[in-house]
Amino acid sequence: MDQELNGGQERPYVTAKASRNGGGRKTLSTKKRYIINALLFVAMLAIGEGLIDNGFISRYQTTVIEQIGIYIIMAVSLNVATGYLGQLPLGHAGFMSVGGYSCAIFIIRMMPVFDLNMRSFVTGEPMAVVLFIVGVLFGGLMAGLSGLIIGIPALRLKGDYLAIITLGFAEIIRVVMLNIDGVVGFELTGGAKGLTGIPSYTNFLNTFIVVGIVLFLIHTMMKSRHGRAILAIRDNEIAAEATGVNTTYYKTLAFVASAFFAGVGGALYAGCIGVMAPAKFGFMKSIEILVMVVLGGMGSMLGSVLSATVLTILPEALRAFADYRMVVYAVVLILVMIFRPQGLLGTYDFSMGDFLERLINGELFRGKSKQKSEEVEANA
Amino acid sequence: MPNNRHGVVVQMESPNLIPERDLGTIPVLQAEHLGIDFGGLTAVDDFNIAMGRSEISGIIGPNGAGKTTIFNLLTNVYKPTRGTILLDGIDTAGKSMVQVNKMGIARTFQNIRLFSQMTVEQNVLVGLGNSMSTRLVDDIFRTPKHWKQEREFHDQAMELLSFFGMERFANTKAGNLPYGEQRRLEILRALGTHPKVLLLDEPAAGMNPNETEDLMENILRIRDEFHLAVLLIEHDMRLVMGVCEVVAVLDYGKIIAKGTPEEIQNDPRVIEAYLGKQEVK
Repeated sequence: MDQELNGGQERPYVTAKASRNGGGRKTLSTKKRYIINALLFVAMLAIGEGLIDNGFISRYQTTVIEQIGIYIIMAVSLNVATGYLGQLPLGHAGFMSVGGYSCAIFIIRMMPVFDLNMRSFVTGEPMAVVLFIVGVLFGGLMAGLSGLIIGIPALRLKGDYLAIITLGFAEIIRVVMLNIDGVVGFELTGGAKGLTGIPSYTNFLNTFIVVGIVLFLIHTMMKSRHGRAILAIRDNEIAAEATGVNTTYYKTLAFVASAFFAGVGGALYAGCIGVMAPAKFGFMKSIEILVMVVLGGMGSMLGSVLSATVLTILPEALRAFADYRMVVYAVVLILVMIFRPQGLLGTYDFSMGDFLERLINGELFRGKSKQKSEEVEANA
Repeated sequence: MPNNRHGVVVQMESPNLIPERDLGTIPVLQAEHLGIDFGGLTAVDDFNIAMGRSEISGIIGPNGAGKTTIFNLLTNVYKPTRGTILLDGIDTAGKSMVQVNKMGIARTFQNIRLFSQMTVEQNVLVGLGNSMSTRLVDDIFRTPKHWKQEREFHDQAMELLSFFGMERFANTKAGNLPYGEQRRLEILRALGTHPKVLLLDEPAAGMNPNETEDLMENILRIRDEFHLAVLLIEHDMRLVMGVCEVVAVLDYGKIIAKGTPEEIQNDPRVIEAYLGKQEVK
């Protein structure tokens, strides 16, 4: 079996599958899979950017699309803690606000140092781009740090208790943001009136580049020994420990990664909205993000992406019926929980590489039934 | 073996049930006066065992005798109230489950505990993964080291699966496997951590006579190919009498008899524990 042809390590089982089929099945190498995915991603960015430049997508719509990107990051990052690690933290908005405030304050303070003004970010001066990258990373790191501080005590608890303690921590963060100015003695977060004067450092392009990077990093983390250890903890913590998985380390790792990416999302959010106020990051925001993950299917990245997209568009589309919005929202959720408690996609995840492989082998519509017969065989 | 990085090697008087071929070496697993109380209940008391490096031993006893508790003590799930456990001559007191696993003890569970949402190969890779050396950076940025190790360990996982002929299930979700295969996978996952002692908690539970026959063969194969000692808990006497060299009988947390299978089968105390005392009229 040609090493180069068998799909490499990303899909290690391809070897077994291919040999079972007598080696006649065409497969894609890992390198090719990466190139295809990268090309599709760039094409998507180019199309989006083109449509915006031509005025095909209005300014308002662009903002909504940016928010979709941000909520994709939020949902996917929460999915690391809920879907992959199997815990139920309820304080994701807290990390989002830490990231948002950190990045916004950092950029505002750094603007005079590098002689930048509000326009610099729109015109894309090189120094503004650097500041954007550093700012977003800084936001992520600060959120990751608060994730570490919260995670170490909180992860000793399980289930409801973890939910309550993270909920509490998120409230603490909110109250800190509200009152810290009085404590430090100078204006830092702007308190209840909010943090204003944030340059709009996000646009469609950089938001979705960050989305792409976040998706890639979470994907690569999960498809490695670290990811397997995290999934093992979700499936059976005692067995994981008995198999030599350092559960404390991996739980903290997943939790901090989740907080880090939430911070990155928050950093983009600050630039997109332009005003940060503690009231935006209350309990409801955490729930909103959790709903996206649960609706999409815990443990499914595609599920998180899709439901984040739908649940960001839905409120905007239903703006005219604002009064009934929450009713519709609730009904949809109840229906999903009754008829598909595992979420819309369960733990299914889409792989462009696998999809194309099935396409070139003409198995696109046979795939499902084949898988089924395999399972029947396994159950026999 | 002199001092090694885990601590000082402690010597203990050598009990006499270790098979002759293992006599020259330190017992791989030793427990002395091991006991644990849960509140007022003494679940295990004065449990002693010494196992040779290639020994297969069994613990039998009626339900509730404390057999699984002993496994939990040996793997540091519970902290013993009394007594010492030496793993390859090193005291395991105060070590975590993970550390004890790294020191060379692996186990299976009475009620199967697989990573049921993960594939069969991934299950095995979790155990094997302890030997991987990629850092998080290697993995998330997909450095050549990541690819090299994933390839190596994929091959290792496949080889391990081939031990029970389970390669064809590599991509099946562990939770969808038939019962017998789940039991086997659990053993393979434990073997992936390169143990010196393998603890099997009722490996034949729910198996038919043919499968039990296979299992007996497999236990011997595991011992010989992986060069380890096996300690098992089992109710199936055919299996215990068939593969174990030493059998300890436990009742109410205490060892009531210990010896070769033949000795155990004829021991009146054992018969009493299992069947009750004969009334003299």
